[in-house]
Amino acid sequence: MEDMKEIIKAYVINEYVEDDSEITYDTPLISGGIVDSFSMVSLKRFLENKYKISIPDDKATPEAFDSVNKICSLVNEYLK
Amino acid sequence: MAYSNKVRGSYQEILTGMKDAGLLKVERYIHSAQAADIEVEFPEGASLKKVINICANNYLGLSSHPEVVKAAHAGLDSHGYGMSSVRFICGTQDIHRKLEKMVTEFLGTEDTILFPSCMDANAGVFEAVLTKDDVMISDRLVHASIVDGIRLCSAMHDTFKHSDMAHLEEKLQLHNDKRLKMVITDGVFSMDGDTAKLDQMADLCDKYDAMLFCDDSHASGFIGKTGRGTHEKCGVMGRMDIITTTFGKGLGGASGGCVSGRKELVEMCRQKARPYLFSNTIAPPVVAGVIKVLEILSATTERRDKLEKNTKFWREGLTDMGLIIKEGDTPIVPVMLFNAKLSQDVSRDLYEEGIYAIGFFFPVVPQSQARIRTQISAGHEIHHLEKALDAFKKVGKKYNILGKSKQEIIEMYGM
Repeated sequence: MEDMKEIIKAYVINEYVEDDSEITYDTPLISGGIVDSFSMVSLKRFLENKYKISIPDDKATPEAFDSVNKICSLVNEYLK
Repeated sequence: MAYSNKVRGSYQEILTGMKDAGLLKVERYIHSAQAADIEVEFPEGASLKKVINICANNYLGLSSHPEVVKAAHAGLDSHGYGMSSVRFICGTQDIHRKLEKMVTEFLGTEDTILFPSCMDANAGVFEAVLTKDDVMISDRLVHASIVDGIRLCSAMHDTFKHSDMAHLEEKLQLHNDKRLKMVITDGVFSMDGDTAKLDQMADLCDKYDAMLFCDDSHASGFIGKTGRGTHEKCGVMGRMDIITTTFGKGLGGASGGCVSGRKELVEMCRQKARPYLFSNTIAPPVVAGVIKVLEILSATTERRDKLEKNTKFWREGLTDMGLIIKEGDTPIVPVMLFNAKLSQDVSRDLYEEGIYAIGFFFPVVPQSQARIRTQISAGHEIHHLEKALDAFKKVGKKYNILGKSKQEIIEMYGM
């Protein structure tokens, strides 16, 4: 789980953070303006490719993608 | 009456909030034709002030060129004022198709379709040529009109970091399973004045079987040795799948735009693009004016050559006096001030000195990237630029920003 959190956090930082802002597992990503709704597409595809899962579009909501912790919960739901 | 006081009040509140936040856009009234020297009423009711314009997209100085004005008059006489119809009913004249063929030849593409504006071209093109099985991969700094067009299209959308080719390649790999892929960029980016790496992008598109789209609105007519645009500068003429551009900037400055590129894609726009199907096209006198513009630019590179010299003079002048500008070689030259209020103060003081240049700040540009965006024209003479440089020097001294680093300016004025 920790490993997954770090992988997702590293992806978010590399993909979306253009300055030195700190990101924690609970930093609000979408409501905090770090990830825009357009960019959720690539995050979803990254997760699906990385963890060999399929996240239904209606589950890939801004709320479900709003922090590293929430994203991990979502991924775990489909890993089972 | 449905427009009750409550409704009115809610809008007034929004507008007041925008004003209080310094985000309300206030227009200045120009009483003369667009040119290097203009007469401006600002604020409303003030007496007219003669100023030098260094913030127009009039790159080639053709907005009020006598031959263009004469051609527009002739077009008005021969083809009338308007068509009162969309293209496919009874709104297509011989000169509309003539202009499409001329643009095709000028840009070195296969075919062209006119739109009422480039905003409309960008709003309509993606939906016309892509479906939900496809993907659009756009540079993160593309123009707002492209963002709107992308929103109207059912294809998946992803972005790559500005001009980051490694990141673009990652995205092409990520979406390699999609039916069609389109890479989307501006040719020259309007806020920073930098140029897309179309040569590298074309190679990546070949490698991953993706189409390449470029909005060349801030390039057509003057970028490249013969002014064909960013694709000429990057040596990829003939390799572009779609170019959109405007006739509202370098190419005469009136209005109108187009999609130019592969003939099947252009035909798809003719059949399906909603801003084309449901709106009148460019008015006859404007079409006649743009035809003249293309005749002038096809006959000689004199104007883009003069613009290149002016741009070099201007960039060197600003750098020599110790102002920070965005590196590059295009006539869009942002003078970086970083602080929003400073950009407004400098703009106001420049105006007092007879120089019309606008400050841009968040959300138009990123936080702490406030600037004065200057735009050079072939319509400028050296004396215009010298006067503008003198004004920048005087105002720069007043605010003690000459020779100062970004860090020093931020320490003085804040982010």
